[in-house]
Amino acid sequence: MFQISVQRVTAAENNNNNNNKNNMSHQAANGVPCRGKVLTVDNMNPRVKKVEYAVRGPVVQRAVQIEKELREGVKKPFTEVIKANIGDAHAMGQKPITFFRQVLAMCSYPELLKDNMFPEDAKQRARRILEACGGHSIGAYSASQGIECIRQDVARYIEKRDGGIASNPDNIYLSTGASDAIVTILKLLVRGEGCDRTGVMISIPQYPLYSAAITDLGAVQVHYYLDEANCWSLDVAELRRALNAARQHCNPRVLCIINPGNPTGQVQSRQCIEDVIRFVKEEHLFLMADEVYQDNVYAEGCKFQSFKKVLFEMGPEYSSTVEMASFHSTSKCYMGECGFRGGYMEVINMDPEVKAQLTKLVSVRLCPPVSGQALMDLVVNPPQPDEPSYTTFMKERTAVLAELAEKARLTEQILNTVPGITCNPVQGAMYSFPRITLPQKAIDKAKEAGHIPDMFYCMKLLEEEGICLVPGSGFGQREGTFHFRMTILPPTEKLKVLLQRLRDFHQRFTQEFS
Amino acid sequence: LTSHPEAIIVLPRHKIMKMSVLQEINPNVRNMKPLEYSILAGRLSQIKEELRQGVKKPYQEVLDVYMGDPHKGGVKPLSFVRQVLAACLYPQLVNSSKLPADVRQRAQRLLGRCDGGSVGSYTATRGIPETLIRVSEFITRRDGGVPSNPENIFLSPGSQWSLSILHVLLNPESSPRNGVLSPVPCHNTTTMSVTGLGAVVVPYYLSEEQGWELQVEELHRAMESAKGVCNPIALYIVNPGNPDGHVQSRKSMQEVIRFVSERKLFLLADEVYQDYVFGENSEFVSYKRVLSEMGPPLSDTVELASFHSASKGWMGECGLRTGYMELVNLDPAVMKHIFTMFSTDTCAPVLGQIALDLMLNPPQPGEPSYPLYHMETQNIKNTLAGNGKRAVEVVNSLPGLCCQPLEGGAFAFPKVYLPPSFIQKAKEAGLEPDTFYCSRLLDEAGLLVGPGTEYGQKEGTYHIRFCILTSAEIMEEVLTRLTCFHKQFMKDFS
Repeated sequence: MFQISVQRVTAAENNNNNNNKNNMSHQAANGVPCRGKVLTVDNMNPRVKKVEYAVRGPVVQRAVQIEKELREGVKKPFTEVIKANIGDAHAMGQKPITFFRQVLAMCSYPELLKDNMFPEDAKQRARRILEACGGHSIGAYSASQGIECIRQDVARYIEKRDGGIASNPDNIYLSTGASDAIVTILKLLVRGEGCDRTGVMISIPQYPLYSAAITDLGAVQVHYYLDEANCWSLDVAELRRALNAARQHCNPRVLCIINPGNPTGQVQSRQCIEDVIRFVKEEHLFLMADEVYQDNVYAEGCKFQSFKKVLFEMGPEYSSTVEMASFHSTSKCYMGECGFRGGYMEVINMDPEVKAQLTKLVSVRLCPPVSGQALMDLVVNPPQPDEPSYTTFMKERTAVLAELAEKARLTEQILNTVPGITCNPVQGAMYSFPRITLPQKAIDKAKEAGHIPDMFYCMKLLEEEGICLVPGSGFGQREGTFHFRMTILPPTEKLKVLLQRLRDFHQRFTQEFS
Repeated sequence: LTSHPEAIIVLPRHKIMKMSVLQEINPNVRNMKPLEYSILAGRLSQIKEELRQGVKKPYQEVLDVYMGDPHKGGVKPLSFVRQVLAACLYPQLVNSSKLPADVRQRAQRLLGRCDGGSVGSYTATRGIPETLIRVSEFITRRDGGVPSNPENIFLSPGSQWSLSILHVLLNPESSPRNGVLSPVPCHNTTTMSVTGLGAVVVPYYLSEEQGWELQVEELHRAMESAKGVCNPIALYIVNPGNPDGHVQSRKSMQEVIRFVSERKLFLLADEVYQDYVFGENSEFVSYKRVLSEMGPPLSDTVELASFHSASKGWMGECGLRTGYMELVNLDPAVMKHIFTMFSTDTCAPVLGQIALDLMLNPPQPGEPSYPLYHMETQNIKNTLAGNGKRAVEVVNSLPGLCCQPLEGGAFAFPKVYLPPSFIQKAKEAGLEPDTFYCSRLLDEAGLLVGPGTEYGQKEGTYHIRFCILTSAEIMEEVLTRLTCFHKQFMKDFS
């Protein structure tokens, strides 16, 4: 449990609110009169109080403040903050895929279909999407599960990707980013009281959406450690250890796995995926496979294989029994279209009655953003070799992925030259999660100040170098170890600057606290 | 993908063969009442397929006026909005002369506020900061100068997600359970959300005979009914009403505010239909404004969340899924937690945020896009008012149908008299009587409307809901089909 005091995004006082003088912290609640408020920290949903999300946590909030100060002319040892905290490619200058934006512009303003500035294949896709929308407008609600022809396209994409293994469009649910689908499944499955409370297995380190959702739903987090010494690989023995320990105090029913990994970047081997599948079958766990980085694979010898594909290749004993959901998104890969909130999940072997409940649950939110659905359609249905936009599309896609691969390599290489920093190969995804050695004095100083050591480190890095990273404690790590997560997304030149400053900072830091 | 028929051996719980059997899922989800819509939607798909295959029917296409979806109902998107969105999506358009100058300027400004100059990047958690300022300025203008702080504004994927405030309010571990006072009738997704969070819906009945007015005595009765059942913590109110179309008077709103203050309830004001007011003597005024005008101590203490949406207004961009929530008088410590919770979902769709910015900050006289914008919005406004009048007129001319005067909102919600013989048939079919009526209406007339059961109604009464935010042509066709069907229906079952 981390005690992080959350800072406001801006320092400006809230003029409308007369209660500033009694800034209640959640620690001071006991015995303090509630000033007549209906909603207080005492009676609010206690689970929400415990939710944390480091990716947008205190370091980031301070970074935003610093940017404001820079704009106001405050002098600092740097002229800009380099934000390497969030997996947002466009924010770091990555360009959108031209074809996608052309189609979406025409979907938005169909008058442009008459214009000869756009190629025919883009127009054809725009027309098809609009045809499938109510009133031929992306402004109409769609069915809660998503536009039917888009779900069909997604199913076809999955079949093609997985070497022909059948995918049923009825098992596809379009969603508001992958996060929406992940939370929905958890919401569906979490139940029980006391020792029967649902346990959700998730890796350490993990993407903190999982821990936040688990906390929010009052489920029990069951963590299994990835093996840092072995490139963050997953050992089934560790899964078994975690599961058995958990059974003492909860009812573990779900196993979440992120592949390629976030924040660790490892791409699981075929063997590992098979082991996990065998494990979930033996132990009767629902498998959640977060595969949003499926196109982000850089390392030699690494290859993305979907859990579904491996499942079906293991034969009917597994493929007809293991229950799972896979997740994908428009936010990552080569598209990087975070702002569209596009995503989908495919559910496999779900009990039809439970699936009906799932369908009911998604209807409460009406439907996912139609522009995100349209974008997902293009991702799964990109220009083909015989189409006019193919060449440009492939050129752009290849360039983005090649640049990411290069930056992954560069990051690993440079970080490993810093004494006190070790970085595992960034095999995939968009991040490095290096381990940092902190001098004992620094650890003590941090604890004195009531801070977690890697948070202390990251805050200092931000204040002195204008670099914004996320402390490893936000993702989970083995006791006594410290890390940070940095994205590999800044443009190459800026990334080099970042890595250089980081190297200088780390050496200074080590000296200062020796 | 069929289940494997394995023999079930008695094993420890964690060894039971099928993991996701119905008993094993979240009981709060199980308890959510399924939508009547899903019954009708199944039939709708079938009919569409039959029409595609050329099966002969008394109609060539189905008219779907179930949802409050203007674009689906034939209302055109606003050109200005769509042009700006297109330019934001494909910035080459900013430099070409294909689009008006003010469109290009707006797009340029808006893109400048997006990280990396792209609508594909995430925004700040609560929304693009300048857009939050625009929203607060809009609120202040609308409310005759009552200040609005951008720090209290959250943009989210549609008003339903704003109801994540419910998530903070409702403590799933509390005993007795929390309750939320909710109107009858009420659009169903809110009540589903409350149930899904493990809380209790405490209904308060709007008075149909008084044009669906809210009477404060009924709120008192509802609170009484909750005794021993749950601990009510919030009051949810929709103004203008959905599905009822009532627009609250200032006096009534003041009564509600006093009530929530006395009873220590959090006020949730769903005001997404605020632009749709066409009743002769009706005027929309926001809860925030009324609260402010009532002065301290109420104005400083009543805790309020107001909701608005890009799905409504003249823009009607339901598919963009964006809305905002303004929080008033909340404890700052609680606000911090709300912020953290919001941050886990990163941000609202950027196109929707941009559309909201445009909606609340439209072209002004003198700007190139103004004439067209003004014409289009006036058109929609007049059509809506016309549709409302026409719907009430036609419906009230039919025997057995009775619609209260429509003051606002996007729907008509007439009461339907269902003869006992029909109710019996519905029982036999295993359907609620008004759902059965709707399914026959769908089959025989190709018209899809919502059954009153979906929204709640007084026991023994039946209603239908249909959207009036459509083109005039579609409204006329809807009313024609309804008339034709209903006349025959009354003949068949009297």
